[in-house]
Amino acid sequence: MKVEEQVRQTLEGLGVGDEAGVAGLFDGLRTQIERELAGLASADAGEQFRIRWLGRKQGLLTAANDNWLKPAPPALKRAVGRLLNEVKRQAEQSLEARRRELDAGSETARLAVQRLDVTLPGLRRPIGARHPVQIVIDEVQEIFLSMGYSVEEGPEIESDYYNFEALNMPREHPARDTQATLYVAGDYLLRTHTSPVQIRTMEKMQPPLRVIAPGRVYRRDNPDATHSFMFHQVEGFAVDTNITFCDLKGTLDYFFKRFYGEQVQTRFRPSFFPFTEPSAEVDISCIFCSGAGCRKCKQSGWIELFGAGMIDPALYGFVKYDERKYSGFAFGGGIDRLAMLRYGIEDIQLLFQGDLRFLQQFR
Amino acid sequence: MRLLSSWIREFVDIPADDRQLAADLTMAGVAVDSVAVEQGQAVLEADVTTNRPDAMNHYGVAREASAIYDRDLKPYRASPVESARPALGVASVEIADPDLCARYSARVILGVKVGPSPEWMVKRLEAAGTRSINNVADVTNYLLLELGHPLHAFDLDLLAGRRIIVRRGRAGERMATLDGVVRELTAQNLVIADGERPVAIAGVMGGLDSGIRDQTTNVLLESAWFEPRSIRGTARRFGMHTDASHRFERGADLGITAAGADRAAELIREVAGGEVLCGLIDVFPAPRPRPALLLRQTELERILGERVPPERVEQILRRLGFRLAADGAGQWMVEPPSFRLDVEREIDVIEEVARLFGYQRFPTRLPQWSGVARRAPHWHAERALRETARALGYSQTISFTLIAPRQAEPFSLTDPVRLANPLSEEASVMRPSIVPGLLNAVEWNLNRGTRAVRLFEIGKVYAGASGRYEEPSILGLAATGPVQEGPLHAAPRDMDFFDLKGDVEAVLDLFQCGRLYFDANAGADYYHPGRAARAAMDGETVARFGQLHPRMAAERKWRQPVLIAELYLDRLFCHGLRRPKYEPVSRVPAVDRDFSLVVPDAVAWERIESAVGRLGIQELAAVHPVEILRGGPVAAGSYGLLLRTVFQRPGQTLSDTEVNEWSARLIAALQELGIALRA
Ligand SMILES: [Zn+2]
Repeated sequence: MKVEEQVRQTLEGLGVGDEAGVAGLFDGLRTQIERELAGLASADAGEQFRIRWLGRKQGLLTAANDNWLKPAPPALKRAVGRLLNEVKRQAEQSLEARRRELDAGSETARLAVQRLDVTLPGLRRPIGARHPVQIVIDEVQEIFLSMGYSVEEGPEIESDYYNFEALNMPREHPARDTQATLYVAGDYLLRTHTSPVQIRTMEKMQPPLRVIAPGRVYRRDNPDATHSFMFHQVEGFAVDTNITFCDLKGTLDYFFKRFYGEQVQTRFRPSFFPFTEPSAEVDISCIFCSGAGCRKCKQSGWIELFGAGMIDPALYGFVKYDERKYSGFAFGGGIDRLAMLRYGIEDIQLLFQGDLRFLQQFR
Repeated sequence: MRLLSSWIREFVDIPADDRQLAADLTMAGVAVDSVAVEQGQAVLEADVTTNRPDAMNHYGVAREASAIYDRDLKPYRASPVESARPALGVASVEIADPDLCARYSARVILGVKVGPSPEWMVKRLEAAGTRSINNVADVTNYLLLELGHPLHAFDLDLLAGRRIIVRRGRAGERMATLDGVVRELTAQNLVIADGERPVAIAGVMGGLDSGIRDQTTNVLLESAWFEPRSIRGTARRFGMHTDASHRFERGADLGITAAGADRAAELIREVAGGEVLCGLIDVFPAPRPRPALLLRQTELERILGERVPPERVEQILRRLGFRLAADGAGQWMVEPPSFRLDVEREIDVIEEVARLFGYQRFPTRLPQWSGVARRAPHWHAERALRETARALGYSQTISFTLIAPRQAEPFSLTDPVRLANPLSEEASVMRPSIVPGLLNAVEWNLNRGTRAVRLFEIGKVYAGASGRYEEPSILGLAATGPVQEGPLHAAPRDMDFFDLKGDVEAVLDLFQCGRLYFDANAGADYYHPGRAARAAMDGETVARFGQLHPRMAAERKWRQPVLIAELYLDRLFCHGLRRPKYEPVSRVPAVDRDFSLVVPDAVAWERIESAVGRLGIQELAAVHPVEILRGGPVAAGSYGLLLRTVFQRPGQTLSDTEVNEWSARLIAALQELGIALRA
């Protein structure tokens, strides 16, 4: 008897009266389903199969539900329900698997046509580069921020008072000669260093203080590979009741190790600045030859980088701090120079030309 | 400064070779850059800081060495062989202005024979970098190198009345200095005069017609001490910088004038013959006692952070010429020597101890700290700007803030801030705008074959005058050339106005803002009159941007359009960075309605947008211009616009009736602008 006819009759009509009979009946269905699925040749045929067996109104399994399950004697009802659900689920799953098999065949052919030469370069949306001076400013800030330093700023068109006088460089002071100054008018000039920010900050805040001040500065220097009338400096200082020369040494030693690497040694040499006392030039062991001596360090093994020292107590007089209570240190150095050493840039002018062939290297 | 090792070693026994000496001097503050052997002589090239005139000579450096190595320094003394005739009977010295000249020592030598110096002296001078002139002049130069004290030799017979009077210049007085220049003197200048007229500018330069000549036989040697500030003032007023002024303006040694005169007299007798008259003329009207300073062990430690043994403190200071009296309780009274005018306070003495104890002997430490660290006020906003600009493809540049006036002129309505002493015309004014620097960078790149240029700069521009200056921060963008690299994957297309506007919008979108609108009032004539705009946030201009005026591009011979934008950061930063705010996403799909419109040319998009906005339909989620059509079926004087509206109500489906009603209101509002629905 064909399946179509079987499902139109009740169990009773088919002469099935026990569980073994029911199982045999469903085995027959299962065999039929598998055979038909194996014979499917296209996606359309798959859809026809679905309607024939699983269709909600006309499907063979729906008919089996109506004619076998519903009128089944109570003793067989459970078994029929369970087997019917099982067959239904199996039919669905097998159909889905068969459909995927069928799809794969036609897809392979279709996608083969769409093949690209994936070794061609990608279409890149341009991404801008950070300026090396910016990279260094950011990094210096992060290092000092981690040590508790806040960031302060000051004007570039500065008064003689903040740039010189309050830094212990009265008019006629010989040290003014070493900072070739560009004057604006009257008492105003282009700041020759970031140190004025020290005075401005101490004027408005009380210790304890830890501050760095990166910024642009100016000198009346003829431009060449190592000089520029405009460049960048970072100033830093700490004032508290417990600040010593050893702290200054430790702070800059830590900074240079973080910035240039653990292998870097620092060296403090006595020097002179009107606003610090004792004063020091801070050298680092040459990062190109590790101190053995090379062209970059003029065979000395050391590279001079920062000026530093204990804040001269004369400055506390200008900002009304009690010099008996407080002590502090200050340091300053060229950001451009830090960058040039870091990246091996030989000419400072490159930093200010906006040449994309140069800038794009700092992505 | 060139130092001869052999000369230094004449004054102190140094237990180190020259290389070691150079290293040790460097670490004590006399920076030796190099050691070279020239003609059998070891020459140290050294830099001495301006505060240490005492160390700008061989004897001074020998003193440093004596402290470094704890060895005795040979006293500087000379007792010239004198004749019986007293010097005071032959010449006289008078100081009229003891404030400016604290001491004047002089020696008189008669019967010298001016001529070449002996070979040993010539060699030594030349090795130290000084050219030999004649034996008398060479002696003064020799003293300068050896002792650091500037001496001057007068031809005694050219001094009227054989008198020396140290006084201020007088109005109307003129004098030719050795360099042949005639100088007008005033009361600001200290001069050396004879009985009649000035014969030298004190401490700076001698006169042309009182100095040593070939035929000079009688010499008056001056070894004086002048007030540093006065010398500096005079040297600057005359624009002169001499070896003598260099020393005097930094502070010479009041205590050494006599020994210097004696030593020079002795040397002159040795190399030029003659008779040294009996007695040093030493006018010393104003002794300047140096007050003793208190030095506390506790203060040493408070500043330096490490204990320096008291024996070491005493040893260092004594070797440097300080006198000490200890009170036994960790305190000293310290009397600085006459050659150390830079030591005036306890901290100055502490520095002396620190530098000779050795900076390298202080350990490294990190200070204790409690407190908070703050970034600069606009750090976050600036970083957001930089990162967004980069993501949009712009590279950061930094350009010179000093530019030429002709470069500033087109970009500023007011006078730029001008330098009083510029290096060159090219860098003589502060930039009034971020644009000229960006244009220079664009030019630089285009001239070097880079076609796609996208640059941004964040920096200050400058304005103001006479003590009231402003330095507002600007973000500048400059863009030209292809939008993307090509043409492999996509047809190349050059950046245009709307690319730039999109970038400006992306940047402005970082900030909190009630109402942002754009109009055509760029308000600057360096922009293309029809392709420039202004952005206003809550009514205040925050940016202007557009295509550079074709005339300006043509001046630079640019064939491609260049786009620029200026964003006023001080105003933008007032708005603060936008904080993300979450609203639930509606699960009910939105309803789109398209309108095909005919719009008169005079009606800009901004008017359509505002008119629609004024309807106040809350469910109107968006209005987009989707397509613009010109020509063809659209009559001249109008353009076709496909307008897409999106309606949505969170969590609720919209009925057709509602959407139809809103659409009708929208069409009515557009009709008021002269806009018609296309048939
Ligand atoms: Zn090296």
